[in-house]
Parts: sequence; C-alpha cells; structure tokens
Amino acid sequence: MSAALLSVRDLCVKFGGLTALDKVALELHENEVVGLIGPNGAGKTTLFNAISGLVAGTGSIEITGKLSSWPKPHELINLGIARTLQGVGLFPEMTVLENVMVGATKFAKAGLIRSALGLDKKAEVELQELALAALAKVSCGDIANEKVSSLPYPVTKRVAIARALISEPKILLLDEPAGGLGAEDIEWLNGFIKAISRKSSVLIVEHHMDVVMSVCDRIYVLDFGQVIASGKPTEVRNNPAVVAAYLGNSAVK
Amino acid sequence: MRLLSTFLIGVSSGSIYSLMALALVLVWRSTRVVNFAQAGQAIASTYLGYLVITHTNNYWLALPVAMVAGAVIGALADIALIRPLNRRIKSGPVLEIAPVIATLGLLGLIRSLVGMIWGGDLKQYRAPVSINGFTFGHTTIPFSRFNLLIVFTAIVVMVIFAFVFQRTGLGLALRAAAFQPEIARLAGVRVDLVRTIGWAIAGATGAIAGVLVTPSTSLSPNSLDLLLVLGFVSAVIGGLESLIGAVIGGLILGIGLALILEYVSTSLAFPAAFVVLILILIVKPAGLFGMKRGRDA
Repeated sequence: MSAALLSVRDLCVKFGGLTALDKVALELHENEVVGLIGPNGAGKTTLFNAISGLVAGTGSIEITGKLSSWPKPHELINLGIARTLQGVGLFPEMTVLENVMVGATKFAKAGLIRSALGLDKKAEVELQELALAALAKVSCGDIANEKVSSLPYPVTKRVAIARALISEPKILLLDEPAGGLGAEDIEWLNGFIKAISRKSSVLIVEHHMDVVMSVCDRIYVLDFGQVIASGKPTEVRNNPAVVAAYLGNSAVK
Repeated sequence: MRLLSTFLIGVSSGSIYSLMALALVLVWRSTRVVNFAQAGQAIASTYLGYLVITHTNNYWLALPVAMVAGAVIGALADIALIRPLNRRIKSGPVLEIAPVIATLGLLGLIRSLVGMIWGGDLKQYRAPVSINGFTFGHTTIPFSRFNLLIVFTAIVVMVIFAFVFQRTGLGLALRAAAFQPEIARLAGVRVDLVRTIGWAIAGATGAIAGVLVTPSTSLSPNSLDLLLVLGFVSAVIGGLESLIGAVIGGLILGIGLALILEYVSTSLAFPAAFVVLILILIVKPAGLFGMKRGRDA
C-alpha cells in the first residue's frame, strides 16, 4: 500500500484525569474513505479535534508522508485538510456564498492590505467563482445568495460540506454528516462521498451504520479512547468484540 | 428653521456618537469585550493629534496621525492585555468579566499617563473651518461649516466600513471571527490576527471621534468620558452587535439630545440619555434593531 496521506501514532489526549484517547493509531490513504465509529464518548470527535488542533495531544502525526507538528486550526487548510463539524457550524448571519468563501483563505492570494482595500477585484471574483463551483458540487448552486438562517437543516449541512470543499482538500474530515438527515438526503450523501473520494480521502465520524457500511473502505472502532478493532466493514461487522462493545445485534441488519 | 437647525446639530453630534459606538461595537464583536478603555485610547490619540496641531497648526495632519496612533494603541491593547488574559483564564467565574475590568484598568492607566505628560489643565485647539453658524438672510443657525465637516467625515468613515465589511476578504474574516471564532479558525481564518485588526480599526475610529469632538469642547485627560458613555448608549440603542445599528443609534441619540436641549431643558438632556439606556436594556435588550438571536444560535 502507498504511503499514508495521514498517519497518527500513539495519540493520547487527557482532559484533567480523564484519558479521552489512549495510544490511538490511524492511517488514511489516498482516495480512501475511512470510518470512525464507536459509542458516544468513545473519543471520535476528540480524535478529529486533535487532528484539527482544537485539543492538545501527545503522539506523532504525519501529513502527506511528512512528520509534522500537531497543526493549529488555521493551518489545516494549507496542509490540505478541511473539516466539517457535528451539527452545522455555519455563520447564520451571512449568505451561503459568503459562508463558503470563508473556507478559501488559502486561495485569497491578495495580501491582507490589498484585500482590505478591495484592490484585487480579480481575486474577489475568482473567490466567488470557486465558491459557486463548490456549491455546485453539493447541488446548491442556486441558493448562493440566501441567508443561511433561512435554509432547512439538510441544506445547511450541504453548505457546510461546500465550505470544506472550496479549498480542494486532499483530506476531508466529516463529523456526522448524516446526523439529522432523512432517507433521501442520506442517499445523496452516500453518492457524494463515493464521488468525492476519487479526488480526496475522507475520514468520517458517523453513527448512521448504513452510511458507514456502504461508503467506507476501512473502519476503526473506538471504545473508551482506544481502537478496539479496525478493518474492512465486513470484518468489523463480524468482530465479536465490536458487536459486544458497540454495535449490538439490532444495529447491524 | 429652528427645528431644522436643531435637527442638523443633532445629526452632527450624533455622527460623533456613532463613530464612538462603531469603535465599541467593533471590539465587542471581535473579542466580546466591553471596552471601557476606548475613551482612554481615544484621548491618548487626540493628545497626539493636539501635539501635531500645536507644532504644525495643521488639523489635516493631526487627524491621520491620531488615527494611526489610535490603531497602534488599539492593537497593543489587544496584544498586551486581552490576548494574555484570554490565554490565562480559560474558564471560571471571572472568564468574561476579567477582560472588561482590565479595560477599566487600562482606561485609568492611560488617563494617568496622559495627565503626567500633558498635565491636567484644559487644552484647546481650533477647528480647521469656521465654527460660526451658517447665515441665511438675516438668520444665523447654530449649524456651522465645522458641523458639516463632522457629518461629512463620519459619512466617509461609514462608507469605508460598509465597503470593507461587505466587499472584502478582510471584512469576511472579521465577520467570521466575530461570530464563530472556532469555525472561522477551522476554515483557515487567522482569528487572533483578525481580532487585533478589529481592535486597531476600532482604535482609529475612536481617535477620529476624539479629534472631531475636541474643538467644540476642550481637551483634558478625562474629556472623552462623556463621549464614551454616549457611545455606549448609541451602541445599546443599535443592539451592540450591529455596525449599522451603532450608526443609527448614534444619530437617534444625537437628534434626541439636541431636541431636548433646544425645546425642553438643558439640564434634562443627559439624564434623559441614561433613562433611554436603562429603558432599552430592560425593555429591548437586543436594541431597537438588534438581532433576535444570540451569537450561539
């Protein structure tokens, strides 16, 4: 297998006396969709937060094969990583287009002063075009000028994905993208993740087992901050430890 | 004629309240700090402007010097005071109030320093244009060329604000960082830098207010305190979050005070301003134009 695009080793995160993550190792390869599952409080989002620099951890992280220091949140985009949040995480008082444009500071080639003075008209137009292209990828091109606060929930989740896509990330971290979605939107999401994995690698935290089982190439199972199993969906599904810890017979149909 | 003239005077003083309110709202939006030091930052900047005027007799050089000084002082206040506090205090009962009280400390510190350097006596400098009212036929109204200049300057500042916030990448980053700093960070916005820029812009705006108001009053280490309070009243009328609200709030307050001063009583005007402040906080805490939602919604 090729060198991993993202590789985390020995990651430990402690909150006071509580060990949230304990020697977690994880790899994500090119064009791979990897799922991260586990019961509530298992440490899934904490793992995302550690990768995105929102919580401090110990251990090592390699991004595109290079040993890196743990990134700061605002450095992620330049490292080729984009992330969505549990829930929506948009700016409700801005338009859809503006929300997506915020995700593209990497592409704002104009310096801060030039940007402040609005001198670089071309860059501004390019940025808008990138935002529209990202919105088109999530079939939301026609709502660019609407205020986010006026949109239905499933649409806002798509806009949040568009904001992550505008920087053309090599690694896309999706935190519960199916949360709160109905069957139709979940079907769209499945198709979308499969399509996007031709360009990017996707690491996905998701409770919705249908989504995980249908889109993921590999799955890591977290429980009490440790990886208790990993492998192909079928392997994980049949792993007795996993069934005992988390899935339960009713969850796997 | 009397009504129109009173209205115009109100617009002129209201423009200055609006500028102070903009400075306060900008800092509130970018760092969630109610910045009492704004009066101190503005007074220090105005004294530097005064220094330029006494040496060069050039008001038009004093204004940009005061603005740059205001921006630098604003940026330093964020870097040296607010950032360390935010780093050190992550939770607990003083989390939100500590920076606010710290700005009171900064206000006192700047006033003392200004007093040590320039003394406590009242200084004056002349307006760059006539402060005598316009004359129409045989009637002279209180509204002067200088009042017109104040209104014009305020309009220019507001147009620049509107352009920066609505049409530039910096404006987008400022808005993003103001309302959802964590999300903005994850989207690649350098939130700390953007916040400091917010403090700098606020400092420059407060300096403009100080330099514009001083020819009509006089300069002393605490001569902008009333302006700070009126700026807060304007910001509260406008809902604290909204830049447009701050401008409208300042104009409403300016016109309202001018009307009371002219038609009711000179001694009632300022008590009335504070009654308005308290009433709005009780009845409509989100301001007359405030957003219904809080920042977390």
